[in-house]
Amino acid sequence: MEILVCVKRVPDTAENEFELNGAGNDLDRDDLVYSVNEWDNYAVEEAIQMVDKMGGSVTVVTVGDDESEEILRREMAMGANNGVLLSDDAFEGSDGKGIATILKAEIEKGSYDLILTGAQADEGAGQVGGMVAAMLDYPYASLVNKIDVMDDKKIKVGREIEGGNQEMNEISLPCVLSIQTGINEPRYVGIRGIRKVSSVEIPVKSASDLGLDAASVGSAGAKTRRVDYFVPDMGEGAEMLEGSTEEIIAKLIEKLKAKGGL
Amino acid sequence: MTQIYAYIPFKNGSAEDVALEYPAAAKKIDAAAMLTAVVTGSGAELDSVATEMSKIYEQVIKVDNQALAYPNAEVVRKALVNIIPKDAILLVAHTTFGMDIAPGLSVKMDAAYAADIVDFEGIEGTRLKMVRQELGGAVSTHVTADISAGAVITIRPGAFAPVDGGAANGTITDKSADAGDLASTRKFLEVVEAEVGDVDITKSDVLVSIGRGIEEQENIELAQELATAMNAVVSCSRPIVDAKWLEKSRQVGTSGQTVKPKVYMAMGISGSFQHLGGLKGNPFIVAVNKNPKAPIFQVADVGIVTDILEFMPELTEAISSL
Ligand SMILES: Cc1cc2nc3c(=O)[nH]c(=O)nc-3n(C[C@H](O)[C@H](O)[C@H](O)COP(=O)(O)OP(=O)(O)OC[C@H]3O[C@@H](n4cnc5c(N)ncnc54)[C@H](O)[C@@H]3O)c2cc1C
Ligand SMILES: Nc1ncnc2c1ncn2[C@@H]1O[C@H](COP(=O)(O)O)[C@@H](O)[C@H]1O
Repeated sequence: MEILVCVKRVPDTAENEFELNGAGNDLDRDDLVYSVNEWDNYAVEEAIQMVDKMGGSVTVVTVGDDESEEILRREMAMGANNGVLLSDDAFEGSDGKGIATILKAEIEKGSYDLILTGAQADEGAGQVGGMVAAMLDYPYASLVNKIDVMDDKKIKVGREIEGGNQEMNEISLPCVLSIQTGINEPRYVGIRGIRKVSSVEIPVKSASDLGLDAASVGSAGAKTRRVDYFVPDMGEGAEMLEGSTEEIIAKLIEKLKAKGGL
Repeated sequence: MTQIYAYIPFKNGSAEDVALEYPAAAKKIDAAAMLTAVVTGSGAELDSVATEMSKIYEQVIKVDNQALAYPNAEVVRKALVNIIPKDAILLVAHTTFGMDIAPGLSVKMDAAYAADIVDFEGIEGTRLKMVRQELGGAVSTHVTADISAGAVITIRPGAFAPVDGGAANGTITDKSADAGDLASTRKFLEVVEAEVGDVDITKSDVLVSIGRGIEEQENIELAQELATAMNAVVSCSRPIVDAKWLEKSRQVGTSGQTVKPKVYMAMGISGSFQHLGGLKGNPFIVAVNKNPKAPIFQVADVGIVTDILEFMPELTEAISSL
C-alpha cells in the first residue's frame, strides 16, 4: 500500500506561554518551541504499521518553510520512507483551501492508495483532509480511530463520534482519512534515530514544480483570512489564590468546604 | 438579503441543542437575514423534527430519503449541494458530524470556509468578520471570509445563547425531489457503543481530574491519594486515555463522559473546549496549572499557579489531617 501522510510543524502548546507581538497581528514567535502536530504523529504511526504488515511505502509531506524540513526528518526517523517539502513564497497566507490545493497537486503527481492527515492542527480547524478529498473526488472519513484493510479496494474504518462511540464505515480506495489521537501509540524517536536520517535528501517543490498558478494559493487565493490575534476579555476569570503554599491550601480548603468538596 | 441556512442535527427524533443556538448566531451575522432550517433524514422521525423546527424557524426545508436515514456525511453532502443556493451561508455545528461534512461541502459549493466559530461581528462589504480560537484556546483571532460566493461555517456548540423556542408557526417545504443522486462510496455500517468501565465518574459529586500536566503514569497515584482524601473519584482529559494510563470511561469531554459534579478539580488540564464540553451543571472549578495563561483559568472559579506534582501531596496531607 502506498500511503501519503500530511504533516504540519506547529507551536507546541505544552511548551509555550503564548504572547502577542507588539502590533497584535501575530504571536510573538521569537522564542516559540515548535514540534510536529500531535495528531500527525498518530497518522504517521498508523501508516508505518500498515506498511509493516502489508508492504508498500510511507511518504510524509508538508507545506511550509525551510524550518519545516526538521519535522519531515523526525517522521522519517519514526520510519517513513520518503519526505517531500512543498515550499514557495507564493504559498504564504494560504487558507485551508490553499493548503489543500497545494497538497492535491502533489498527490496527483504520485499514485497513492491512502492519504492520511491529522484530525486537526494548531488552528483547530480540521479542514485540510476533507478539502483534499473533495478536490480529488475521493471518499473521506474524519476522526478515524480504527482501520481494517478488507482487500485492495476496500477498507473498514471506525470514526470516533460523541461520547466515545464509534461509527463503522466501509470505504473504497483510494481515500482520505483524518486520524484521531489514541488510534495507536506513536513510537518514541531518539536523537540517534534523527541522526540516521540527517543526510537523507528531501526534495523541495515550488508552485511551478507543482504546476500551480500562484494566484490560486497563498494570500492571493485565500477567501478566509486571519486579521489579528487577541486575548479575549472573558469577564473576571478565576479568583487566583496567592501566597505561601500553606496559605493557599488554607484558603482552598475553606472554599472546598463551602462548596461541598469536603 | 443575506440568506442563512442552518443544518439541524438530531438524535432519536429530537433536535440537538444547537438548533436553538443557530438563530442567535444568524442574528449576529446579519440581523435582517432570512434564516432557514434544513433537516435531512427519513420517515416519521424526520417529520417530527421538521415539525419541532417549524416552531422555532419561520422556514424549514426537509429532505426525506431512505439513504439519509443515518447522517452519513458523504450522502448528506450530496443532498445539500443540490439544496443550498450557491451564494447562501450554511451553518453547521462543529461536532464530529460537522467536521466530517463541512470542509468538503465548502469545496463542492465553491464557497468560503470557516471552522469552529465562537462569535460573529457582522458583514462589511463582501466580508464576514468572525472570532475563533487557536492553540487549544490559548489565543483568539479575528478572521474574515469573502462570502460573495457563499460560505460554509461551523459554529461551536454552546457558544451562542439559545433562543426560547416555540412561538413560530413556520412553513415546512419538502425538497426531497431536489436531493439528486445519493449513491455513495462510503457505506455506514453501525455504531459501536463506548465500553462501560469499572468506575462511573458521572456518579461522583467531586472529581479530581488530571491532564497532561501529570507528566508520568506513576504520578497518577498522587491524584488517587488526593481523591481518596476528598472522598472523590479520579477522572481525566483525553491525552491520559490516549496514553492508556486510565481507561476511556474516566475521560471527561465531548468524546468521553458528560459529568455534573459539585466540585471539579482540574489538575494540569489546559481547558480545551472539547474537554469543557463534558462539564455540565455549573460545578465549582478549581484549576491548578503551572502556566498562568492556561485557558482553564478563564472558566475556573479558583485558580492556583503551581506545579501539581508538588501541590497535590501537600493538599492531600492538609486534608487528611483535618
Ligand atoms: C474531535 C475531538 C474530540 C476531543 N474530545 C476530547 C474529550 O472528550 N476530552 C478531552 O479532554 N479532550 C478531548 N479532545 C482533545 C482536546 O482538544 C485537547 O487536546 C485535550 O483536552 C488536552 O488535554 P490536556 O488539557 O490534558 O493537555 P494539554 O492541553 O497539553 O494541557 C496540559 C496542561 O498542563 C499544564 N501542566 C504541565 N505540567 C504541569 C505541572 N507539572 N503542574 C501543573 N500544570 C502543568 C500545562 O501548562 C497545560 O496547560 C478532543 C479533540 C478532538 C479533535
Ligand atoms: N501546511 C500543511 N502541510 C501539510 N499538511 C497540513 C498542513 N496544514 C494542515 N495539514 C494537514 O491537515 C491536518 C488538519 O489540519 P487543519 O485542517 O489545519 O486543522 C493536519 O493534521 C495535517 O495532516
